[in-house]
Amino acid sequence: MSTLTLYMQYIVNGLTLGAIYSLIALGYTMVYGILKFINFAHGDILMVGAFIGLLIYNGLTGGEAADPSAWTLIAFFIAMIISMVACALLGVIIERIAYKPLRNANRLAPLLSAIGVSFILSNGAAWIFGTQSRRFPYPFNNDPIHIGAITITPHQIVVIVVSIIMMVLLTSFVSKTRMGKAMRAASLDQSTSMLMGINVNRVISLTFAIGSALAAVGGILASFDFRVYPSMGTMTGLKAFVAAVIGGIGNIQGAMIGGVLLGILEAVGAPLLHIPNGMRDTVAFAVLIIVLLVKPDGILGKNEREKV
Amino acid sequence: MGEILKIDNISVSYGNIRALSNVSMAVNEGAIVSLIGANGAGKSTLLKAIVGLEPLKEGHIEFAGETICQSKHHGSLTTDLIAKRGIALVPEGRHVFADMTVEENLDMGAFMVRDAEVIAKRKADMYELFPILGARKKQKTRSLSGGEQQMMAIARALMSSPRLLLLDEPGLGLAPLIVQDIFNTIKLINQENKVTVFLVEQNARLALRSSSYGYVLENGKIVLEDSGEALLVNEKVQKAYLGA
Repeated sequence: MSTLTLYMQYIVNGLTLGAIYSLIALGYTMVYGILKFINFAHGDILMVGAFIGLLIYNGLTGGEAADPSAWTLIAFFIAMIISMVACALLGVIIERIAYKPLRNANRLAPLLSAIGVSFILSNGAAWIFGTQSRRFPYPFNNDPIHIGAITITPHQIVVIVVSIIMMVLLTSFVSKTRMGKAMRAASLDQSTSMLMGINVNRVISLTFAIGSALAAVGGILASFDFRVYPSMGTMTGLKAFVAAVIGGIGNIQGAMIGGVLLGILEAVGAPLLHIPNGMRDTVAFAVLIIVLLVKPDGILGKNEREKV
Repeated sequence: MGEILKIDNISVSYGNIRALSNVSMAVNEGAIVSLIGANGAGKSTLLKAIVGLEPLKEGHIEFAGETICQSKHHGSLTTDLIAKRGIALVPEGRHVFADMTVEENLDMGAFMVRDAEVIAKRKADMYELFPILGARKKQKTRSLSGGEQQMMAIARALMSSPRLLLLDEPGLGLAPLIVQDIFNTIKLINQENKVTVFLVEQNARLALRSSSYGYVLENGKIVLEDSGEALLVNEKVQKAYLGA
C-alpha cells in the first residue's frame, strides 16, 4: 500500500471518528450557547444512551447470538430511537434538578453540580451494570468493502450516514422552525427573547433534550469501536468538548466542523508523528492547546465586535 | 379613553441603591406619553419594571385593568407572559438578534402569532413602513447601520401587534435627521395602528413635541407632569432639559 492510499485510509477512519465527536460536541455547544456553562455530565449521557441502546437491542434480537438480518438492522434503529427519547428525558430532568435552581448562582456552582451529576451517572451505571465492558454486536454484516485501495466497513458507512442525517435535521430545525429560531434567539440575547414572548425555560429544556438525544446517537455509534462501559463517556466526552471549542463554542456549525476536523487530525496525526497507540489522545489535546493559542474563539467563534 | 397602563407607587432598588422611589403615573389608551430625564434618572429601570425585567420593592403595575407586576413575587407575571398580554418593549441599544437576518428578527417578533398568513401580512406591512428593511431582509442585522437597527427593533416589536409600545431612547446615538424620521414613524404608528406609545427619551424637545402628556423623572422620582405642550414652555424643563 502506498503512503498516499494509507493516509486516505486514515482520513476515512478519522471521518468516522469525527462524525461521532460532532454529534456529541453539538450538545456541549448548544447548552453553552444558551446558558454559558459547560455541561460536564454530557459525556455520561452518551454512556447512558449506549447502555440503553445495547440493552434494548439485545432484548429485541437476543444480542450476540443473532445473525445480522433485516430485523437486526430495524431493531438497531428502534433501539437508537428509544435511547434518544430516554436520554432527551434524562437531559431535561438533570437540567431541572441540578442546574435550574443554580441559574442565578455563582458561575462555578452549576459547573460543580454538573461534575456531581457526572459522578452519579457513571457510578450509578457501574453499580447497576458492573464495570466490565460489553461489545455492541454489529446489527449488519460488517465485512469490509474495498474501494480501490481503500477499505471501508459498513459500520463506518452507518456512522457517517446517521451522523449526516442528524446534522441536517438539526440544521433545518434551527434555521426553519419557530422553536429552532427561538433557540438561536435565546442564545443570542436571553432577556430580549423573553420580550418576544419566548418562554426561555421551555427553550432551555428543549436544548437539553436535543443535545442529549444527539449524545445518545453518538454513544451508540461510538460503542462499535469503543465497547460499552460506565466510564466510556469520560474521554469521548472530553474530546467532543475539545471539538466544540475548536469549532467555536456556542456555534452549531462550529461543533460539526470541529468534530470532523478533530477526528481526522487524530487519525492522521498519530501515525504521521509516530505517536504510539496508547498516547493517541494527546493529539486532541495538543490541537486544543494550539487552537487556544492561535484563535481562542475557535474556527467559527465570533471575534467581531457588535455595532454600537 | 381610559388608562391602559397604571403605575401605582412603585419602588425599585439595586442592592442599597434606590433606582425608583414611589413612582406613580398613568398612560391613556391611544396616547403618546413620554418620560424625560437625565442620564441615570431611572428611566430605563422604569420600562424594565413594566415588562417584569426588574422586580418591584413596593407598589404595583396594572395593564388594561389587571395587575401584571407587584412587589410580592408570586403575584407578578414573567416577562414572556407580559409580552403575551400585549406590551412590546424596544430596548435601549436596540438589542437586535445580530446573527439573525432581518426576516428572522421579524419572525421572532411574531413568535406569539401562530397564523403564518398573519405573519406574512405583518411582515409585508413592516417592509412598507420601513422599505430599507425590505431591501435587506436576507442580511444579518449586524450589518445594518444604527438607524436601520433601530427601525429593525421597532418593526420587530410591532410584529406582535402590541396594544402598548414601550420605546427606550429610540434616538440614542443616531443622526438628528434619522431621529426625526423615527419620531415621525412613531407618530404614524400611533395614529394608524392605534398603538399606545410610552417612550423614554433624552432628547426632551422632540419627545415632548410628539407627546400629548409627559413626565419628568429626577433621581428616581417623578418631579413634574403635564401635557406635552405645557412642559415645553415650563421654565424648569426649559432650563434643565431644553438648553434654553
